[in-house]
Amino acid sequence: MTFVSLLYGLLFYFATFILIGGVARKIHQYWTTPAPLKIPTTPAPVTQKGVVWRMFREVVFFESLFRSNKTIWLFAFLFHMALWLVLLRHSRYFVETGFFLNFIQPFGKYASFAMVLGLAGLWIRRVIVDRVRYISSPSDHLMLALLMGIALSGMMMTFVAHTDIMQVKAFFRGLMFFDWHNLPASPLLLVHLLLVAILMIIFPISKLLHAPGVFFSPTRNQVDNPREKRHVAPWALELEKHNKIYLDEVKHG
Amino acid sequence: MADYEVPKLTGAGYVEVPAIEPGSMAGKGPFVAKPDFQKALHFPSDFNKGQGEGERYELVPDWKNKALAKLDDLRHRYRSLQLYLDICVKCGACTDKCHYFIGTKDPNNMPVARQDLLRKVYRRYFTFAGKHFPKLVGAVDLTEEVVEEWYNYYHQCSQCRRCSVFCPYGIDTAEVSMAGREILDHIGRGSKYNNEIISKVFKIGNNLGLPGMALADTLEGLEEDVEADTGIKVRFPLDEEGAEVLLVTPSADFFAEPHVDGLMGYAKVFHEAGISWTLSSYASEGANFGMFIGSYENMRRIALRIREAAIKLKVKRIVFGECGHAWRVAYSFLNTLAGPFDFLDPKYPVPQHILEVTWGLIQDGKLVLDKTANDDKVLTFHDSCNVARGSRMGDKPGGQFEYPRNVIKAVCNHFVDMPADTIHDATFCCGGGGGLLTDDLMELRVKGAQPRMEALKYVTNEHGVTHMAAICAICKSQFTKVIPYYGFKMDQIVSVHQLVSNALVLQRQVSVQARPDDEDEDEDGDED
Repeated sequence: MTFVSLLYGLLFYFATFILIGGVARKIHQYWTTPAPLKIPTTPAPVTQKGVVWRMFREVVFFESLFRSNKTIWLFAFLFHMALWLVLLRHSRYFVETGFFLNFIQPFGKYASFAMVLGLAGLWIRRVIVDRVRYISSPSDHLMLALLMGIALSGMMMTFVAHTDIMQVKAFFRGLMFFDWHNLPASPLLLVHLLLVAILMIIFPISKLLHAPGVFFSPTRNQVDNPREKRHVAPWALELEKHNKIYLDEVKHG
Repeated sequence: MADYEVPKLTGAGYVEVPAIEPGSMAGKGPFVAKPDFQKALHFPSDFNKGQGEGERYELVPDWKNKALAKLDDLRHRYRSLQLYLDICVKCGACTDKCHYFIGTKDPNNMPVARQDLLRKVYRRYFTFAGKHFPKLVGAVDLTEEVVEEWYNYYHQCSQCRRCSVFCPYGIDTAEVSMAGREILDHIGRGSKYNNEIISKVFKIGNNLGLPGMALADTLEGLEEDVEADTGIKVRFPLDEEGAEVLLVTPSADFFAEPHVDGLMGYAKVFHEAGISWTLSSYASEGANFGMFIGSYENMRRIALRIREAAIKLKVKRIVFGECGHAWRVAYSFLNTLAGPFDFLDPKYPVPQHILEVTWGLIQDGKLVLDKTANDDKVLTFHDSCNVARGSRMGDKPGGQFEYPRNVIKAVCNHFVDMPADTIHDATFCCGGGGGLLTDDLMELRVKGAQPRMEALKYVTNEHGVTHMAAICAICKSQFTKVIPYYGFKMDQIVSVHQLVSNALVLQRQVSVQARPDDEDEDEDGDED
């Protein structure tokens, strides 16, 4: 076991713990925080089924973004869809490959170009459009840099300097089953994995929370039925129960 | 006319997105509410008038901790706030969607930047990244300057929710600006306009402070006007127990133009349909300004008046008049705030919009309409923001766009819609909604109306539109005031029920409701 492999093994345990634990904590927070008022942006679906369909269109096609800005939509859609393909392709490092994973490999491979193109478009926009430049903080640029670094280092290994991917697979399968293997001593691989681990770690404390968060957005996930069904938050029900108007009257009285 | 530049209209039907001009609308915001009004709304009132030449009030003692405690409280009570503070990716999709940004060019009026005023403080005190790497994520300390920024820019948001339509995550700046105002109210920075009005509702029953006697006088005057006009006694009943319908309408309908013409329209519709109805002097206001200041408690207190009035007057239905914010609170929140309404007739939704009533009657052939009465006009329709993006009419999504248009087309021969990206759920705000309809914000109101004025100019030039109909008291008041700045005339703004009133041919000679003064004779007649 080399020192670097040990370090990366521990790093990935840590990153996985932070990612899963952190996102779970956030989801729990969103889940348990009441939405006291019905605020769907209308025209909103009047059935639960309709809401699922609305959310599907939002998450898969970025429907609202398409309406708002075709340029952002194009780059964001390219980036996200390519990211999915690349991620699917990467699942071969964790599970046995079958027909589907083999089939997806070339798509995932070339999707990386779309991913870089999408990221580049988003980044250029952030710099040249005065409005978007105004709202950008350093972390917004760093996030793009991080994703770009991950994409480029990954592409280098695919198209320029190959890494022993069987050994990489052995390393990650080993982490999963506590049967540790060494990582190939490739600087590109180490850079790629380090950036991925950083991304995993900052996920729950950054704007990347938009991924789970979008499902909780009351303007998008609520059924438009306030006249038919009474909707009251627990803290508001407390007011009714005590026949009070103001919350501090309940707390103190 | 004004000491600021009024935007020029191109007539092209759309507005160019302006280059940003940082600080162009920096300022002190609207007049600050006095401690008395704060007290009436159950907000802290232990703050003094500031020393020196300025008229500003000081903040409450220990304001910083109180502001942060309120922010913490709100983010635990509102999922929307917590989520929207976390998940914005700064993609920029909303940056050109706000009418105030388009009209003022101030980048803090871009929805994302407006939210960021609160978000950067949230980050600093409540997130890991902001606590440890504030510069990196754009987090800042809460200072008095930040408070003044909040006060200024959260009163440059009409909470019209246009940004929420276009955000890929549905982030609604209205939710953030409401939270911002709620925090400000708790540290001695309430806005005079909103809080004074709410305190009037609590004290007198409506936003305009019209006491019951004045209201009764006004309504009697309207009865005389309609009778002089049509020869028929159309009743305008007040506090009449046992009526079928309780009508709740914005108090502007009682005297302002063109609002009052709308009220005459509702009265004629009820009269023709043979529906007995009444206004309530206790709940003589439809608009609920509690929403503007993000105060659930005050919003509920205002809403409960309507419940009490409905019980006291033993009505079977509640109908709301033409008022955008009233209708959003009524449609979306009334059941939540003041329900359940199981004591009303279950045949009708609670509440109903007057347009639902009128359109239903038109469909059933219950109204005789003479469209030519409106032949002197070519109409267009302004979708009010809170109706368009926060409510519905009928039972299908989008009914709120169809009902007013259907009614207009049923009573007018000439109707043209404004360009597609300025109507329906993409409608632009009139520029005066959300508690900004105050003269101390006139520059903002004029500039914020620019996108709507562009669209109106376009249909004026292309299709000869002469009038714009609206179904919100604020839209009507705001437009009549600001359209002269753009070269239009104030009487080009009309109520939808004003058009109905013009076209409705009254067939029923006698009202279903007797006048209270005639009651004695009546009761003598049908004594058991």
